[in-house]
Amino acid sequence: MRFAFTPEQLAFRDAARDLLTGECPPAAVRAAWTSATGRSVTAWPALAAMGVLGALAPEAAGGLGLNLVDLVLVLEETGYVALPDPIVEHAAVAVPLLPDPGPAAAGEVTVTAALDGSGLAVWADTADLVVVDGRDALAVAARAELALAPRRSVDGARRLFGVGPVPDTAARVVDPAAFERGALGAAAQLVGLTRRLLDLTVGYVAERRQFGVPVGSFQAVKHHLADARLALEFAAPLVYRAAWSLAATDPDAALHVSMAKAQAGDAAHRTGRAALQCHGAIGYSYEYDLHLYLKRAWALAAAWGDAPWHRGRVGRAIL
Amino acid sequence: MDLTFTPDEEAFRAECRAWLEAHVPHGLPSGDTRAGFAAHLDWERTLFEAGWAVVSWPEAYGGRGASPMEWLIFEEEYYRAGAPQRVTQNGIFLLAPTVFEFGTPEQQDRILPRMAAAEDLWCQGWSEPNAGSDLAGIQSRATPDTGGWRLDGQKTWTTRGAFCTHLFGLFRSDPDAERHHGLTYFLVPLDAPGVTVRGFGRLDGDEGFAEVFFDDVFVADDAVLGGVHDGWGVAMATAGAERGLTLRSPGRFAATAARLVDLWRARGGSAPPGLADAVVQDWIDAEAYRWQTFWTVARLTDGERVGAEASLTKVFWSELDVRLHEHALALLGPHAELDDDDESARWMKGYQFALSGPIYAGTNEIQRNVIAERVLGLPRR
Repeated sequence: MRFAFTPEQLAFRDAARDLLTGECPPAAVRAAWTSATGRSVTAWPALAAMGVLGALAPEAAGGLGLNLVDLVLVLEETGYVALPDPIVEHAAVAVPLLPDPGPAAAGEVTVTAALDGSGLAVWADTADLVVVDGRDALAVAARAELALAPRRSVDGARRLFGVGPVPDTAARVVDPAAFERGALGAAAQLVGLTRRLLDLTVGYVAERRQFGVPVGSFQAVKHHLADARLALEFAAPLVYRAAWSLAATDPDAALHVSMAKAQAGDAAHRTGRAALQCHGAIGYSYEYDLHLYLKRAWALAAAWGDAPWHRGRVGRAIL
Repeated sequence: MDLTFTPDEEAFRAECRAWLEAHVPHGLPSGDTRAGFAAHLDWERTLFEAGWAVVSWPEAYGGRGASPMEWLIFEEEYYRAGAPQRVTQNGIFLLAPTVFEFGTPEQQDRILPRMAAAEDLWCQGWSEPNAGSDLAGIQSRATPDTGGWRLDGQKTWTTRGAFCTHLFGLFRSDPDAERHHGLTYFLVPLDAPGVTVRGFGRLDGDEGFAEVFFDDVFVADDAVLGGVHDGWGVAMATAGAERGLTLRSPGRFAATAARLVDLWRARGGSAPPGLADAVVQDWIDAEAYRWQTFWTVARLTDGERVGAEASLTKVFWSELDVRLHEHALALLGPHAELDDDDESARWMKGYQFALSGPIYAGTNEIQRNVIAERVLGLPRR
């Protein structure tokens, strides 16, 4: 038993962090809210060049031949910056199930997915392929052959589309873990978002002064943020453990994913409440950046099964 | 990352399980009563004679030199087998790590083997009537004397003090120093002339608390642990062990969560809506504590130190313990109050003990201050 990442995994995370810090600042997320596509402009091709998009593809297919334990910290970083791209759907869900992952690994095609029971695929209008739930198998459909019905998300960057009937010509694949990888990816992003919300708030309350002192010196504020830090501390390990269980095809992997997604979703919600409360009115302002991360957290906590849904699945396994 | 147990770890677990299943006593009375304490001492000595009392200590002191991971496995098996809370815990879990770190070789040889064998029984003398959360405000004092020190003052809320033989405590040795300075950590035999111990009842009525009075008590220089006037730093090392993983390992809460799930299976059919969700969340939280601990153990194995992060652990396990018991009482419904029903009484007694968790070892309000100031870096004032 050794529950720790390797230096190589941490270096991969650090490289992704450097890339995303430069390519996906708050201004880029804000711009995506009002752009035609809702997508990042430079981050996605940079992630492709770094190999992140094809991390899970075999090296023979142009990928990095890595597994979810290698990728989970990078997904966490994409959550930290609220990356407006279907990185979870593309890199974690689709690449391992595509009959020919080469073009997706290279970033030549973009893949999204409608697998979480909502019937919605995020950023589907700019994707080339959509993985859709079928009765006995998954379908990999060309976006051009699907009817897309636009829906609006509370997160203005997340462009959602209801996906119409899948044509018979779409390729079928069997992959019972596809949903689990999506839920795990969302959980990892939620851990990153929780860290971001906490960092933003710790920075703010150390600067903001009332009654002549930083508001972060007040015990009521400290205890809100201590609770947020607690939620983070006891969510992240469950997410890393679930990543390992999926990579190792542990028979209980789905149970572990549900624990991770429930805990990460609740941590993000709880931290978001604390972040908003501790910012006060500035945090409630549309011009301020906090809401970009808060709304992504709300969206991802609901997507890929919300916390009560996942607790229900845990309950059916243990009670 | 490899989340499977190694063959050696599995073998160690099997050895623990086999021995515990054959030896764990069931139905012991409360260890916080005089008669119950004696029964628990028999169990402690059984553990010691078989080499299970202090598995993580070096063999020279009665342990097995177990790694932190093996120690966690032992704890999981210990509570899984339904074994009782350790009445020796304040010695073996709190004082011992401090003696290993700060003690002289002479002190280690004199103190540790007798502690392991449950011959010397240690209680913690920190709190005073006017110094609880504000521990640096203690008033008990140590005055230099030929070859040693004279101790005067009063300690209180000393757990199992009425049944123990020795006390480790903080005394003000420099009356001119302020707050965290000028304190010294003393190791005191409770049969020394001038010591008076008076037991008193805890919330559940058991005589688990004691007041300890010191009236011109002489102790020799070798009763000082660590440096004279350096007691605060020594005490904080003990506090780290108390809040961190040694005192309340995950196995304990995993066992309680498993009992809660069993209770749900027996009674959940008629439970109010929403309780299933709460029971599942408790079970997830027990898992979260277990994996957060494995995560921490890897860092410790790599030579990192756990400092203020121990406060995260303490808040989490203590509040989880309360929730586990609250939800069990909710499942018991109108039977929860029945003190003459074994199942209800066990949960209610456990609930009362769980309620002490957010208070002892530094209140959770203090822990949240520590998390905010020393983990998150918020301004102190």
